[in-house]
Amino acid sequence: MRVLDIAAAVLVLGGSSLALTAAIGVVRFPDTLTRMHAATKPQVLGLLLVLAGAAIRLRGNADVGMVILTGLFTLITAPVVANRVGQLAYREQNIRDDLLTRDEMHEFAENRETGGNGQN
Amino acid sequence: MTIIWIIAAVMLTTAAILTMFRLLAGPSTLDRLVALDALVAVTMCAIGTWAAFSLDTTVTYGLTALALISFVGSVSVARFRVPDIDKRRSAGRPR
Repeated sequence: MRVLDIAAAVLVLGGSSLALTAAIGVVRFPDTLTRMHAATKPQVLGLLLVLAGAAIRLRGNADVGMVILTGLFTLITAPVVANRVGQLAYREQNIRDDLLTRDEMHEFAENRETGGNGQN
Repeated sequence: MTIIWIIAAVMLTTAAILTMFRLLAGPSTLDRLVALDALVAVTMCAIGTWAAFSLDTTVTYGLTALALISFVGSVSVARFRVPDIDKRRSAGRPR
């Protein structure tokens, strides 16, 4: 089927361009949080696009299950790693305060220190 | 049709080289960790592209293994690493 092959190629091309976007963001952005933002989101989507293209190309094969499993596993684990790294970066003040528009973790900690306002 | 695969391979190679720059130059350990995660994801993209190009399904098991190993490695580094001490920036701040 010619149409499906073209669709798979377009999916792989889109995934590769998203991976390139993530790499440019990792190099260009100024601090750890923004780099992590650039590295996680387009990367997972790019990987999923590439895996979808590969699954379309390999259609009818038994090993497509492994490709789908890889996509599911990446979707589950990427937020965990991003959460750990973001929390560590915040705790070590490895961020630029002037780039934050709102610092909700700081507000939360202040609320807890002063006894809160009765809501939390 | 082949030109699409060549363009994808060139883009992935450029992405790997750029990520490798951040991996070598990153000022803190967390930057390197983020770059290493990105590099592993680019590698997985490349393996998937190779599987789609060559219709070779033996590499798909390597894809799953790489996803597992990368998760365990990233979480272990984030949990057990030695924190960077930057006296110039963290002076007076409670750690």
